[in-house]
Amino acid sequence: MVERPDFEDIPGTTVFTAQRSRQGFHLNQFCMSLMKPQNRARFKADERAYLDEWPLTEAQKAAVLARDYNAAIAEGGNIYFLAKIFATDGKSFADAAANMTGMTPEAYREMMLHGGRSPEGNRSIKEGR
Amino acid sequence: MARITAGVTTSHVPAIGVAIDRGETTTDYWAPLFAGYEWSRKWMAENLPDVVVLVYNDHASNFSLEVIPTFAIGCAESYQVADEGFGPRPVPEVPGHADLSCHLAEQLILEEFDLTVVNRLDVDHGLTVPLSLLFGQPEVWPVRVVPIAVNVVQYPQPTGRRCYELGKAIGRAVTSFPEDLNVQVWGTGGMSHQLQGPRAGLINPAFDNAFLDRIIDDPEGLTHIAHLEYLREAGSEGVELIMWLIMRGALGERVTPLHRFYHVPASNTAVGHLVLEAG
Repeated sequence: MVERPDFEDIPGTTVFTAQRSRQGFHLNQFCMSLMKPQNRARFKADERAYLDEWPLTEAQKAAVLARDYNAAIAEGGNIYFLAKIFATDGKSFADAAANMTGMTPEAYREMMLHGGRSPEGNRSIKEGR
Repeated sequence: MARITAGVTTSHVPAIGVAIDRGETTTDYWAPLFAGYEWSRKWMAENLPDVVVLVYNDHASNFSLEVIPTFAIGCAESYQVADEGFGPRPVPEVPGHADLSCHLAEQLILEEFDLTVVNRLDVDHGLTVPLSLLFGQPEVWPVRVVPIAVNVVQYPQPTGRRCYELGKAIGRAVTSFPEDLNVQVWGTGGMSHQLQGPRAGLINPAFDNAFLDRIIDDPEGLTHIAHLEYLREAGSEGVELIMWLIMRGALGERVTPLHRFYHVPASNTAVGHLVLEAG
């Protein structure tokens, strides 16, 4: 789904466009259902059964079950919607960010305490800046 | 007649709300962050407005993907605190000022800013964390709030220029409200941060500090920053800074900076905070 090559040129970033919103509509709506305590309880009791109630693709379900947030984003997920999954797990945005960068939560926290990830070399793949 | 007396900008990181709610504001990690708001809390107590027009974004709490308003205005008597997946924050419901909201909605739409009118709105950390940062943990919030929600979740977000012009229109609309009200306008979100993908954790202090300088003296110049530049320089969530331009537009041509604070990190985010006096 490459409709904006300039967006694809930003390293390690997925821009949530209207097209991605279409692709991830049901995945993100599922996430929002976890704002109700009774739905969180049902999801926790049997994740697969709860997911099967939603018209998700198998790839979307697999990404949720594996808590693979990069995969979930590739399948149309948006981080603010996916946040309802990790909130249900008792995890923070920093934990989820660590998950997506492939770092341990400790290493990610250290990086942030030392000023975070520099924009140097992270602005453009093509221009290498 | 209502008048805009001051503006506030602040990041609205959810982890800040968690730290306040759990009584962790004096830990080694959080103490430097909260120290940066101490002056503002005292100033706010002495310069309490009647109403805050609070510009924020909903984070998939009230607005699902069914309806995505670019700009929305809350017109309710009060706003409930959203359950974002771990129960609602233990903070009071947010009192509205429905008369001022309805007046703003009318004036703004007649000025061709086509805001979506929202009569039921649950507010999330985007709105409640700024209130907590400036007012602490009261039993009842000491101000009424007019929420202005901006889509920053799905591209395309409104442009910085559109936000700045909306702010100017808010300024005009507030001053045409007949009741004698002291009104502040707050712009929340930012500064540089990215919460998604392998580039998560991006922080750009040079960009942020230039933005803090220019929101005071050169807001017009900031309106030229395009979406792609926010994405590259300030991270995929840094585009929230367009909401500061609404605040700045509402304050008029000249402002006097009273307080400035910048801190890295709060969780994944660079925190920026300003208190600006109108005039």
